[in-house]
Amino acid sequence: MKKLMLGLAAASLLLGSGLALATPEQDRQDLIDYYTKKYPNVPIENYVYGALAFDADSMGQYNSIMEFPPFIGDIDKGRKMWETPLKSGKTYADCLPSGGKNIAGNYPYFDDKKGKVVTLQDAINDCRVANGEEAYKVNDMKTMGLLTSYMRTLSDGMLMNIKVEGPAATAAYEDGKKRFFSRAGQLNFACATCHVQNAGVRLRSELISPAVGHAVHWPVFRGGDTLVTLQQRYDGCYKQVRAVPPPQGGAALNNLEYFHSYLSNGLPMKASVFRK
Amino acid sequence: MNPLRRNVLKGATGASAVAVAVAAGLLKPTQVLADWNKAAFEAKNVGDAMKGMGVASPADSKDITIKAPDIAENGAVVPVEITSSIPGTTSIAILAEKNATPLLADFKFSNGTQGYISTRIKMGATALVRAIVTAGGKTYTAAKEVKVTIGGCGG
Amino acid sequence: MAEPMKIRANMQGDVADIKVLFNHVMETGQRKDAKTGQLIPALFIQDVNATINGTTVMTANWGTGISKNPLVGFKVKGAKAGDKVSISWVDNTGDKRTDEATIS
Repeated sequence: MKKLMLGLAAASLLLGSGLALATPEQDRQDLIDYYTKKYPNVPIENYVYGALAFDADSMGQYNSIMEFPPFIGDIDKGRKMWETPLKSGKTYADCLPSGGKNIAGNYPYFDDKKGKVVTLQDAINDCRVANGEEAYKVNDMKTMGLLTSYMRTLSDGMLMNIKVEGPAATAAYEDGKKRFFSRAGQLNFACATCHVQNAGVRLRSELISPAVGHAVHWPVFRGGDTLVTLQQRYDGCYKQVRAVPPPQGGAALNNLEYFHSYLSNGLPMKASVFRK
Repeated sequence: MNPLRRNVLKGATGASAVAVAVAAGLLKPTQVLADWNKAAFEAKNVGDAMKGMGVASPADSKDITIKAPDIAENGAVVPVEITSSIPGTTSIAILAEKNATPLLADFKFSNGTQGYISTRIKMGATALVRAIVTAGGKTYTAAKEVKVTIGGCGG
Repeated sequence: MAEPMKIRANMQGDVADIKVLFNHVMETGQRKDAKTGQLIPALFIQDVNATINGTTVMTANWGTGISKNPLVGFKVKGAKAGDKVSISWVDNTGDKRTDEATIS
């Protein structure tokens, strides 16, 4: 583990600009090699189930609950929001690429014109503002959360497909990667401390999920009931290590989501799933 | 207040009040206010719940299968499936022995419905999930332990 | 406000496999409101009734220990494709709901 972190961090730090950094593809492959070496019996496709892939009893409960999930009513509310025309008379489907179908795996992407990472929530808000509505707060589960709980299901089955092209995009990716591997908070844990070093292992009573396979399955309904988006989960994780979370929808967490999503490239998306 | 309720409460006893309500046309004969067994559902331990249900010494039975997790992912939503292969099964009751009120549900079957129920229950703590089956006028029971933990990663 | 149930009813051989997802908060009466500190009053389905073509096949009494947005699955031998399933519930405030589906 130390060797891996040193390898990835060193590649970025020791090699100066103008020389090739470890590419995102190398980072992703290094992590897959690390996990599959540690857990040769867990196929990488199952990583979309997170910790459930490592425990049959948990996976059985997931399958049972997902057969007829208790949160279908909430997803229906999200569908009503999606289908309701905006003030201009246009719908979200008119506004987003491909009518909003099979696009979630392309986000986040780096917008060279804007000079920053753009998330799917940003795209939804751009749509709202362009059509006479106010932007939703990205950390509001009752608005952005519910809307995306339906909207993201339109991309179910799509393979995560994040692109990192050009120096500005690469810098944002590297910023996210650095954050992922940096310790934070009173407990002094990095994301990697749990989700790389301790993936597949229990900390207290919790089985820890690997970082590959994380970003494809959001939002989740925790306990079948409490809607949590990916950045809302980042917020929770920061609080759990007793750090002040960076604001949702800001550059820090957007860059983290950019890096984090890249790690799941090639894995199928599935939105609005059960988690404990 | 619900007008059905007002009429029932006015009556001297439940039975006569229901008769009044039926006669008054407020209740259709097929749609009788079911007796919700308050004594059983509000009992704070398994013994009192069984007493409330009128069940005494159900026989342990290997013909009752309880499919439930070993460790609940979330105590608010524990999937449970109970199958009774005892011939003539007419009801399945479900209890979680350490819940504040252990009796969770009582299902009665008729007209071809099999001795099977699937549902999701709330559990407050590690406990036996118990099924009490009525078949052929006799009662039988089986139980399975489900562990409930408080995780460190909620949020 | 009684929200609609979702009913799935399919024949598997000569047995109708029926699953119902109820839309109900199933409040136990033991939770405290985070802001006011007051107990949130119990609000839960107490009685459930299932009929096929008007004949009662299942009745149930529930306590507060059934999960929020309850699921119930049961099986009826002798039912046929095209039969009408009707599910009714009444909660502890007298609120009620009936929904129907056809067995496919």
